[in-house]
Amino acid sequence: MNGPIAHLSRRYRFSASHRLHVDAISPERNREMFGKCNNPFGHGHNYIAQVTFSGPVDVATGMVTNLADLDSFAQRELLDHFDHANLNSLEFFRDRVPSTENVCVELWRIFAEYPYAKLERVRVEETGNNSFDYFGEGAKIQHEE
Amino acid sequence: MILLTRKADFSAAHFYWNDSWTEAENFRVFGKCANRQGHGHNYTLEVTVEGEVDPVSGFVVDLKQLKDILEQEVVSVYDHRHLNHEVPEFKTAVPTTENIAIAIWHRLDGKVPNAKLHRVRVYEMPELFADFYGEGA
Repeated sequence: MNGPIAHLSRRYRFSASHRLHVDAISPERNREMFGKCNNPFGHGHNYIAQVTFSGPVDVATGMVTNLADLDSFAQRELLDHFDHANLNSLEFFRDRVPSTENVCVELWRIFAEYPYAKLERVRVEETGNNSFDYFGEGAKIQHEE
Repeated sequence: MILLTRKADFSAAHFYWNDSWTEAENFRVFGKCANRQGHGHNYTLEVTVEGEVDPVSGFVVDLKQLKDILEQEVVSVYDHRHLNHEVPEFKTAVPTTENIAIAIWHRLDGKVPNAKLHRVRVYEMPELFADFYGEGA
């Protein structure tokens, strides 16, 4: 039996390196566009991925989704690939700059597959000073927070 | 229209259990959260209300009044309590973060003068929180 709709948010941490670089443009233009983020050896961040799901609260469990299910999904689908990895080496970033915006889009693709609740938002914090939100393709930006 | 958010903290014990299930089933679904002795968290409550700015005071609501309402309706009932044993709404509902957010919504709905409840957010810990926007949301 289902109760009212609630939103549940969970934060996951991963540490990864990346380099912002586009092969198709000149080294000078890359340096100009990406600055120190274009350093050939890459650099890294402690990322935080905050994922928000909605769904009816199951009356038997009191839950939108079982956290053990979500955590094991996140471990398998996100952390096993992203944590202590070089983002440029991941399939999705072969032809895309691993900017935090693009990390959001890839995390949306990953978590949209979670079968037990509806993905509402992906927030990625690259550092304590910048964060990026993605609500899915075509979504209206929710002016909140 | 302005949204205004006020925080409050409470620390409480709880465990997850469904009486209509066997012990094995409870542990299968709830894991270590089913330990009947309970465990605890430092919860953070964020209550967001919406309303128009009063032209005289410049306020949506009087923050002191909102603080007192949170204290009276929630903190004094939940803080340093065992939610399952001492808070009436959790005699039947499992005290998950989702259900705590819903219960706090019902405790506060209609209690804040001149403002409408917009969102109740409950952090069980910094890495986990639930939002409730009301039944019709």
